[in-house]
Amino acid sequence: MNPTAPAVRRALTTPPAPASPFPYNPGSLLSVLDLTVDGVSRLLQRATELENEDPIIRDHILAKRRIALLFYESSTRTRTSFELAAKALGADTTLVSNLSSSIEKGESLKDTGLTLRALGAEAIILRHNSSGAAWLLEEATRLPVINAGDGMHEHPTQALLDLRTILAHLRPGVGEVGPETLAGVTVAIVGDILHSRVARSNMLLLPRLGARVLLCGPKELLPEQAARSGPGIEIERDFEAALAQSQAVMMLRIQAERLAGLQLDLDEYKASYQLTGQLLAAHAPTAVVMHPGPIIRGMEITAGVADGVQSAILEQVTNGLAIRMAVMERALATETAAPASAAADSSVGRQNGGRA
Amino acid sequence: MTALAICGGRLVDPAAGVDAQKDVLLKDGRVVEIAGTGKLKHSDGAEVLDATGLVVAPGLIDIHVHLREPGQAYKETIATGTAAAAAGGFSSVAAMPNTTPVNDSPEITRWMQAPERGAQVRVFPIAAATRGSKGEALSDYAALKSAGAVAVTDDGRPILKDGMMRESLAAAARVGLTVIQHAEDTRMTQFANGSASMNLGPVSFKLGLRGMPTEAETSIVERDIRLVAELREAHPHLHVAHISTAGALAAVRQARRNGLRVTCEVTPHHFLLTEEHVGLYNTHAKMNPPLRSAADRDAMIEGILDGVVDAIATDHAPHAMHEKEIEFELAPNGIIGLETALGLSLRWLHREWRMPLGRVLSLLSAQPAALLGLKGRGTLTVGSFADVVVFDPKVEWTYRATESQSKAKNTPFDGWSMQGKVRWTVSEGKIAFASA
Repeated sequence: MNPTAPAVRRALTTPPAPASPFPYNPGSLLSVLDLTVDGVSRLLQRATELENEDPIIRDHILAKRRIALLFYESSTRTRTSFELAAKALGADTTLVSNLSSSIEKGESLKDTGLTLRALGAEAIILRHNSSGAAWLLEEATRLPVINAGDGMHEHPTQALLDLRTILAHLRPGVGEVGPETLAGVTVAIVGDILHSRVARSNMLLLPRLGARVLLCGPKELLPEQAARSGPGIEIERDFEAALAQSQAVMMLRIQAERLAGLQLDLDEYKASYQLTGQLLAAHAPTAVVMHPGPIIRGMEITAGVADGVQSAILEQVTNGLAIRMAVMERALATETAAPASAAADSSVGRQNGGRA
Repeated sequence: MTALAICGGRLVDPAAGVDAQKDVLLKDGRVVEIAGTGKLKHSDGAEVLDATGLVVAPGLIDIHVHLREPGQAYKETIATGTAAAAAGGFSSVAAMPNTTPVNDSPEITRWMQAPERGAQVRVFPIAAATRGSKGEALSDYAALKSAGAVAVTDDGRPILKDGMMRESLAAAARVGLTVIQHAEDTRMTQFANGSASMNLGPVSFKLGLRGMPTEAETSIVERDIRLVAELREAHPHLHVAHISTAGALAAVRQARRNGLRVTCEVTPHHFLLTEEHVGLYNTHAKMNPPLRSAADRDAMIEGILDGVVDAIATDHAPHAMHEKEIEFELAPNGIIGLETALGLSLRWLHREWRMPLGRVLSLLSAQPAALLGLKGRGTLTVGSFADVVVFDPKVEWTYRATESQSKAKNTPFDGWSMQGKVRWTVSEGKIAFASA
């Protein structure tokens, strides 16, 4: 609050912020906050079961169900992972990308979503460069929407696969998870926090299982407000101090495409925040090293560390497959077919929860 | 023109210090007689409006609306925008110049006031402060004023350069016009790959949206006040549009203490809502200036209650439905507000926060009239313009955007409870709106 503001003379009743109407569809996964801790636990267990399932049986779980992958950004890991996971469950997938569709001709996200629904899509996996796009799509289509990354906002399946990776290393053999499962564990998230949807999803998810999240990076890439995103989040600007406290270290890429006017001295950044073998040996010799990819070798992480024994980077990729099978099964498990008229109602009074 | 006798009501005319049972007679576009109930002497042949149990007040004046004509009639027209104004109790509106083309000429200024536009209430054009609102060369203030412009502004964007703002204040002072500033240092809010889309703070971080810092507003207001102080001898009048931050309001407060002619307006959404109302990317909560923190919002309420705020203005900003049904960062700024300003002001300022009725109405009529120098408006003394709103202060009702007279439905107040129902709006002696 601005110190020059006069103190309000009395406590005033003011209109409450509206309750969120999202998700409209119980199969949707827009944010990690859509899941209860029990829900997270079920997904993790189901991921393991599906991973171990006989491929022939697994192939019938979502046999001939239609899943659309709608990608407005380039992607290697996430797209392939969703596609392979869907196919492993027997689903039919179709890929729509902004570069080879009517999106190029100016078709809106809403119309693209409605078109996919009319073509029989039963769920949509959305990757989009604009924060909040998944909410817009869900409101328009009322289909189960899985957020595969929206702008700088969230990437919930990434956080779930990161959690699975952390558990495999730090809590091996644990089946069910709860609010205390990661008590005593500190996870450092290092680098370009500001532009990272992976960081946001992880910092909202991991503390709910008891972990402490330590954000580390320069002011330009890690504003003080980040610590106020939720409970269990702290800032430690000194990389060595952060490493020394952490059992897991998540390195992030600098998102040059989103920097827009931010002046950043990359040599200085490397000197302060690059994860080298030397730093790792000195301060976190047993920590799990993670990275959501794509990695830029020689920038935020050295090749030696990326390929080193502490690196779980490729395990993360593999875990993504299992997690996404479980997430898509969940999306289509519930009765999801929304009446076509339901979406038409959304045209007026969006999020009309704020009755005063 | 037929005469109108508004009889049996409670006349609340804060500028005249009146709050009493009075009948009002209107003829030829003017107030011709005020008398105790049943005592009008010259009402023979007049059409009688029975205002028993109702409040009769000066027609409301909104000094900040976007009517979108010329050029963007798909969003709103002068006819539909003023129909919404009339339904909301407004008998006059001041229309911003960010049209297509920008209203920087006497021709467009006159065009907007022409009878062919079908305005339901009086439209006062506000002209562009600089040519094309590009901030490079002043428009012709004397010519604009004689064409009917009541102020100058580059609203939608700021007059950013110090030198240009100084010239604008000096030139406006010479011809007796107000400079209205959209206070936003766009160097802090606009980037090569797009603009920030909400208030900068924990909420914007959490939503992954680029934020507009409060300093972007306060620094421009402080700069402008310095310029007004430097030009003190010329008596310039600076009016800060849609003020939204505690810091900027404090600067205005201090400038007034220093005897400078600096005024400001607050919108209903900035005294009611906060950044939390953005919820999960509700584009009906996207506007510029953005919804701010609770501390800033509380400062707006305090500023209204303690008198530093001079006017409530809506910043009525209609957009077509499809323009708001897109990604939050890409959606245009603004919400409609003409039909909710009175209902929200009475519901919250008067009922909830106990502001006397006369003071609430003054912020919506007498004070905006005074600050733009609209002579004979904002009061109902004999000889004034016959601009009247008659409303039932007791009725509580629910606002439905679908029922709006505006072409646009972009509002965060759909489904909100309102206090006070407009029965009639009279603009220059003509009934512009009558509720069923």
